[in-house]
Order: sequence, then C-alpha cells, then structure tokens
Amino acid sequence: MKFGVVVFPGSNCDHDAFYALGTILHKPVEFIWHQSQDLANCDAIILPGGFSYGDYLRTGAIARFSPVMKSVEKFANSGGMVLGICNGFQTLCEAGLLPGAMMRNSGLRFICRHVHIRVEQTDTPFTCAARRDQILKVPIAHSDGCYTADESDIADLEKNKQILFRYTTPDGSDDVAGNPNGSMHNIAGICNRERNVAGLMPHPERAVESALDSADGLVVFKSMIEALVGAAKATA
Amino acid sequence: MATALTEIKVTPEIAAEHGVTAEEYARIQKILGRDPNITELGIFSVMWSEHCSYKSSKVHLKRLPTRGKLVVQGPGENAGVVDIGDGLVAAFKIESHNHPSYVEPFQGATTGVGGILRDIFTMGARPIAVLDSLRFGEITPNKNTSPEEAAKNRRILDGVIRGVGHYGNCFGVPTVGGEVSFEPCYSQNPLVNALALGIARKEEIFLAKAKGIGNPVIYVGAKTGRDGIHGASLLASAEFTEESQQKRPNVQVGDPFVEKLLLEACLEAMRTGAVVAIQDMGAAGLTCSTMEMASRGGTGIEIDLAKVPQRETGMTPYEIMLSESQERMLLVAERGREREVLDVFKKWGLDAVVVGAVTEGGLAVIKNHGAVAAQIPAHPLAEEGPVYNRPLTAPAPRAESDKDWFAFAPEKTNLTENFKKLLASPAIASKRWVTEQYDTSVRTNTLAGPGASDAAIVRIKESEKNGAMRALALATDGNGRWCQLNPKVGAMHAVAEAARNVATSGARPIAATNCLNFGSPEKPEVMWQFSQAIDGIGEACTALGTPITGGNVSFYNETLGKSIYPTPVIGILGILDDSSKALKIAFRNPGDVIVLLDGATDDRHSERSPRSEKSLFHAAAQEFSCTEYSKTIDGIVSGEPPAIDLAAEKRLIDCLVTLSAAATVQSAHDISDGGLAVSLAESCFAANGLGASGAFSEDASAEYTLFSERGARCIVSVSPTNLAAVLATARQYSVGAREIGHVTRDNALRIELKGHAAVDSPIDVLRDVWANSLERRLVSR
Repeated sequence: MKFGVVVFPGSNCDHDAFYALGTILHKPVEFIWHQSQDLANCDAIILPGGFSYGDYLRTGAIARFSPVMKSVEKFANSGGMVLGICNGFQTLCEAGLLPGAMMRNSGLRFICRHVHIRVEQTDTPFTCAARRDQILKVPIAHSDGCYTADESDIADLEKNKQILFRYTTPDGSDDVAGNPNGSMHNIAGICNRERNVAGLMPHPERAVESALDSADGLVVFKSMIEALVGAAKATA
Repeated sequence: MATALTEIKVTPEIAAEHGVTAEEYARIQKILGRDPNITELGIFSVMWSEHCSYKSSKVHLKRLPTRGKLVVQGPGENAGVVDIGDGLVAAFKIESHNHPSYVEPFQGATTGVGGILRDIFTMGARPIAVLDSLRFGEITPNKNTSPEEAAKNRRILDGVIRGVGHYGNCFGVPTVGGEVSFEPCYSQNPLVNALALGIARKEEIFLAKAKGIGNPVIYVGAKTGRDGIHGASLLASAEFTEESQQKRPNVQVGDPFVEKLLLEACLEAMRTGAVVAIQDMGAAGLTCSTMEMASRGGTGIEIDLAKVPQRETGMTPYEIMLSESQERMLLVAERGREREVLDVFKKWGLDAVVVGAVTEGGLAVIKNHGAVAAQIPAHPLAEEGPVYNRPLTAPAPRAESDKDWFAFAPEKTNLTENFKKLLASPAIASKRWVTEQYDTSVRTNTLAGPGASDAAIVRIKESEKNGAMRALALATDGNGRWCQLNPKVGAMHAVAEAARNVATSGARPIAATNCLNFGSPEKPEVMWQFSQAIDGIGEACTALGTPITGGNVSFYNETLGKSIYPTPVIGILGILDDSSKALKIAFRNPGDVIVLLDGATDDRHSERSPRSEKSLFHAAAQEFSCTEYSKTIDGIVSGEPPAIDLAAEKRLIDCLVTLSAAATVQSAHDISDGGLAVSLAESCFAANGLGASGAFSEDASAEYTLFSERGARCIVSVSPTNLAAVLATARQYSVGAREIGHVTRDNALRIELKGHAAVDSPIDVLRDVWANSLERRLVSR
C-alpha cells in the first residue's frame, strides 16, 4: 500500500498530509511532482491544500491543466482512490472529476477555525471507518469554500448519497450557525457517483493528534487504509 | 524629483531632492574623489537613508545587550539566530512596514510580511511562524476621532488584516499571534510590525558575505519593475504630509506565490552545497544586496544590469538599482557549479541569471550593456556612511495633580457594567474576527494559536526524540501609551510583559528582537524618547537574560508634524523542552484553586519607600490613570505607568518555568491590559462552560484591585491536590502566592470585595460582549 501526495507549485499542505500518513499512521507515502505523469504505482492519490499556481484565475483552475492531472484523471477513471483536500477539492471540481464549483465564502473573507462536520455516508473508501452521523471537529482554512452546484446536480448528489460530510453545529443540528461559508445544503465534502473520488474543504490532515486540538481527521485516512487493505484481500 | 537619465548632471539641489544633506554630499565627493553621477547619487541616497543606514539610531543601539550563551548570530545579518538545542537553531526578526501600510494598506502589509519571511529563509531557515503587532487609530467615533476618520481607520485595518492574512496564508506559514491595539495617535500613521520565525540545522545557516574572487553572482526570483523606487528613502525615511497619497507608486506589490516558490527553490539550492552566500533584495533592492554582500565579504562586485530580468522595457540603471520589486534574491555560487544552482530555480519556474561576479579590491562596478553606470567602493558606502549623534531634549515635566487623575468609585459600587464596557473596548475585546482571517494551523505545529496561551506556541517536529518534542514560544508586546508617559519605564514593561507572556506559556525566555517605532529623529524630544527607550530595553533585557538579536528602527512616524506615541515593540522567543508541558489560559476543572502569583512579594510599590496612606492613594490614582480601564471608562490618559520591578519579573518568570516543568498547574494567564478581572474572565471564556468566583479584602479601591495593570503578576489554576506543591515552589522563588478563588461549574463570574459583589454576571453575557464587539464595530455599519 502506498500513498502519493501531489506537489503543485504553491501547494502548502503537502507536508501536512505526508506527515499524517507517514509519521502518524506509518504508511508508505511519497511526493509526486506536478510535472510528472508517473504516479509511482501509488494506490491512493492525495491532492493537498494550498494555493496551486497562486490560484490565479480561479482556485484550482490552472492546476487541473498540469501534467500530473492527466495521470490523476486516468487513475480516477480506472477506479483509483483520489482525495482532494481544500485546494485539492477545488482542483477536482475544476477538472470535472467532481460536480459543482467553489464560490467565495459568503462572508467574503478567508476563514480559519475549527468547524464540525457530520459523516453522512459510510459506504465509501473515505468514510468506511466512521460511524454514520459521527461528528468530527476539523479545521477549515479557505477563502473560496462555498460549495455551489445547479439544482439537478444537487438533487443527484442527494439522491445518489454522494454527500459525505455536512457542516453542522457541535451537537449535530443543521442550523445555519454551523455553516461557515454558505455552502449549499451545508455541503463540506462529496464523492463522485463511483465513490472512488472525494473532496472536502476541511483539513483532516490538520486534525490527527490531540496536541493539535483534535484527532478526528484520522478517520478519513484510516478509512482509506481499511479500504485499500480490503481491496488487496479481495484481489489476493 | 529628478528622473533617471544618466545624462542628468548632479547638483546639490538634486542631491537635496534625494534627501542627501550638504555634508553628506561632501562625504560622497570625498569617497568617490569626484562628483557622483545620477545613478551613484541614487545608490548613496538609499544606502544612507535612515531606513537602511540607521544613521540616527546607531549610536544608541550600541547600548543594547546583544550577547548571550545561546546567541549564534546577533544584529547585523538578515535575522538573529539562537541555539535551541539538538543541533537546531531558530532565526527570528521583527520589522516594520508602517508607511507603506498607510499609503496602500493591503500591499503595504503583504510586502511587510513578505520582506520579513525573506529575511528568515535567506539565512537558510524554513519559516514556521509569523506574528503581527498592529496599531491603528480609533475605529469608533469619539471626542478625538470624527466619524470620517474612524471610517478611514476601519478601512486601513481591513486592508492591513487582509494583506497580512493573504501573504501568510498563500505562502503557507501560520500566523500564530501578535497584538492589535488602538490609539488616536496612530490614525494617520498605523504601525504594521511583522515578526517571522524559522528553524534550520545549525550547520545550514547562510550568511550574506560575498566570498571567492571570480565566483558568479546570480540574480533569482521575480523580474525587476519600476515599483517601489525610493521606498526606503522617500517613503520610510520622511514624515507624511497631505500629499502622502501621491507616494502610492513608491509602495511595492507583493506576490506570495512567487515567494513560496522562491523559498522552496532557495532552500533546495542551498542544499546542493553550491551556494556561497545569499542576500534578499528588500529595502533598496539590488543596491543594498550588491553593496552589502561585497562590503561584508571584504570583496568587490561587478554586475551588468542588462542581464537583470526586467518586467518593463527602457528601464535605466538608476531605476533598476533602486527598484524595490519584491520576491528577488541575489546569491553567490561556487565557480563551476552555477549550473546546479540555476537548475534548481528552473525546476521551480523562476528566473535565475548570472549577472556578474565577485571581484578583488573592494570596488562595486555596475555596468549596463558593458558601459560603466556606477563605480563605488562598497565598504565605505555600506559602513562609512554618516552617523549622527542628534540632540536630545527631555520634554518639560507634565504638571499633573489629582484633578487630572482617575477618581476611584466609592466603596461597594457594583462595577459589572463598567466591566462589560471594558470587555467591549477594542483593545480588550477578542481579536477572533481578525485572527480567523489568518491561517493559524498550516504545517500542523501550532500548539497554541492566537489567544489560547499568553504566547504563541509552535512545536519543532525535527526535535522529536522518543515521542517528545521541543516547542518555541513567541510573544510581542509594546504599550505606546505608557511609553508616551515614560519612555524608559514603558519600554521596560514591553520587555517584561513579552517575557512574562512567554513564561506563562511554560517556556523559558531566551532572546529578543525589537521594532522601534518613533517620530522624527530630527526632533530632540523624539530622540530623547528613543534614547530613554533604548536604556529601558537594555536594562530589562539584561535583567531578564534575553539579549537583542536583531530588529529594526522605524523613524519619521509622523504626519503633519505630529508624532506617534513612541512605540517600541518587543518580541521574545522562549523554549519549551517538552511541548506537552505547554500552558494555556483556559481553566480546566471545577474546584481548582485560583492562585494569584506576584513576583513583588511585599505587595504594592515594592520599589518605593514606605509612605503615608494618602500618598499611597495618590500613587495608585496616578498609576491607574494610564490603564485601559481609565481610558475606556473615563477617557483619562495621564499619570505614570506602574513602577517596574525587574527582579520581581525575573522571580515570577523562573517560578512559572519551574511550575510548567513540574506540571503542577492547570492553566496560567498573566495580568496585563484590563487587569486581574479581565484575566479571570478570559480564562473562563477559553474554557467551555466554566466560571470563577473570587474574593478580596484589600483596602485599596475596588477598581484598583480589579483593573490595575501592575506587572509581575499572573493567575494560575491548581488542582487541590497540587496546591501545597505550587505554594512551595512559589516560596522557593520568593514569589507571593495567594488563593483568591475557585473555578466553578456554574457559568458565572463573581468577584467579591470585602463581602460585596463588585462583579457578578453570567459568563455568557460577558462572553458575548467580549467575543463580538470588535466585529460589531467593524462590520455592522
């Protein structure tokens, strides 16, 4: 089992994802340079947070055209596991691997704070180690995290149970107070219809130790590991 | 102002337009043995500007303590460096970007952060944290501030906050702390001081010394444009007038994305072993970097400007040399290995060009397409500039009496409403609205971000040993109001408070950096304030064992002839051997005992001789008249800052470091702005659902007891089982320890004085006022 963390120019959460997987969870992990089209036989790819290519034009809009994304698309389309965090989620939307788009936060400001998200689905490789309705405390740090999609896309997401995480209050309610950025339907993270590509705006890799105020983010990576172990057993 | 054509014949008038005085011009003629051409004049004018040359401050800065066991590099390099153990060093420095932030708040603030980050990674250290110490004019209209002015101050604040946030967020370094405060004197001249901290292995530290005759000089990073020309000389080294908005073209424009690439590329290039020296292009751009590298290395340098990557066409040598375009570096590589260096920058998509070479003999030769554009001996230019011992004059003593001082409320007054006003004042209110715009958690090292502890705490993953890690703690402090009333005592308090904040986070203070914000050095009263402040900083840093390792002086902080309060801002770095022992301000458990630790054991006025009750009362009123409470409740700013007792501060610091190592206290919070009552309330706010009750029986007035800002004090909460141990530790350090109350589970703050409730309110009510008032002032209009 090997994880790959893509490094775009301007990625700045690449080291955090690397640390969470390598040092905290003791899994093999390597960096993949944006100009490479070789995914180094990784079993799961992480698109990390940051400001890829300065986020000029639109967040993630330039990153999606980088050489590595051609391979990531191919990998995803053949069932490979891809997780986009923050800027990585934005890039996956730009690349069309996930539906919808990210708008400016409703308050028009960058927001960095811990938020609460509720696990909505547990039948995906990104949430299988979690309990349904489990509430996770994880930080957000973004300017453009207001998830937006047209009515039919939202209806599809709901119908196909593709919404993996919703912003919530600490006690689990859908009150607007729990939604930090104005995302439609309180959406914090989604997956594709095939359930092998997911993106979320909060940073699970920043919530992997109690010293950092929360270790709730671990469940996302543990889910991926469990899913990979399961897949390996199935093919063995 | 003269533009940049080399044909322009330099006259004393043109020199004067460059801010070069007649004597300075004569000195230039002497160094060159001839008249300078216009490019050379431009180079001299920026190198000898106050901002770059420290010509008015040098004679005073010499009095600061700069040596210490742990100091690896003191002032004079891009940043100070201290040994933090295990082969690791920390590089840190604070710098101002005040004038640009007034002229263009967003860009001024971004480039302030960008500049200090470059200073850190130029040393070979990876930046791991930024703090910002910000001062603005009043944001709410009052008798000193018109609605228009308050609105303008809010716009400046908004731009600065966005700028600070944008640069750090995009660069990928957490902005973990600092301060924001407000006084009318900063209305036309906000202060934006940015501090950056980086770490490196000790042997990886790079210096800016050109070495090795024939070694290539390489320009890397962003292209040079016409932005920021004369930023250092005309913007930073002159006071403001009504035409200051016209200086907008002198403000540089920042691009944090390019800086992030530059960081990664520079650190990677350094690891090749082919880099000999490196210097960032900050103030005075290419001029400063070429001249200082050659001067420090005792070599000459020759470059051809035609090879410098340029953003615009038709730039003259004058413009290229004086441009302050951001995100650029100059480095010297080992001859024959330049390809390795160039390849790294190519990988990161950055320009990197060999523009010249290190030469023998000390002459800096600037060519343009092969023709000599300027020719100056580097060392005399960089080191033999003018030094001024400017006249000092103490201001006339203020004639004040009780009438000018705060009148304490009668006994048994319930102060709850006043307390709410205090919690809502911009200085005391939560800065959450500001700090949430900063990425505080990227790099996953932030153990205590803004407000969680008295100092920001970042752990050092590289120091990991058997699961334990070291951490660094950083705090900045500076009280302009106190320094205005007494610059020496005010400056000592700034050092003491920063050190105390580091110690209340559990860390041992080890070194300091300073940013000295003052008015015009040409005013004898301002120079007197400066000299006094230096004496205060020197005395306090010596007493507390925190040598100054670097920093910056910002003069000419005045507009239309009115100076700001003298505002030395001190940043103190501390080390925490075991990051798990970090102390935070939040109360933890109901039933814990709240203990007031006081370094001045024999209570009030430790330094003063015994006095009558009446004179004690006068002293209390005088000292109280410059508190945040006095300013907020009665609009009174007068008197004298509290007397400072450095020995008491030291005792308290040592005691706190021992308590944190022994893990016998649950929380710690110092007593400063707003006094004891604010500290108690903040420790409740940080703890979800806990309250506190306290009782006092002093003879002093209730307001003095609750809101005095006298130093050398903090509150700790202690579980009953550890109480005896904590009291014993306090005794061991001769620190006074009094049990003043308990942490409660009833969600209320109650403080009784001689049996009467002085403050009594549900925590939720107090929290709402404290947590939301800044946002209400700034947003809901």
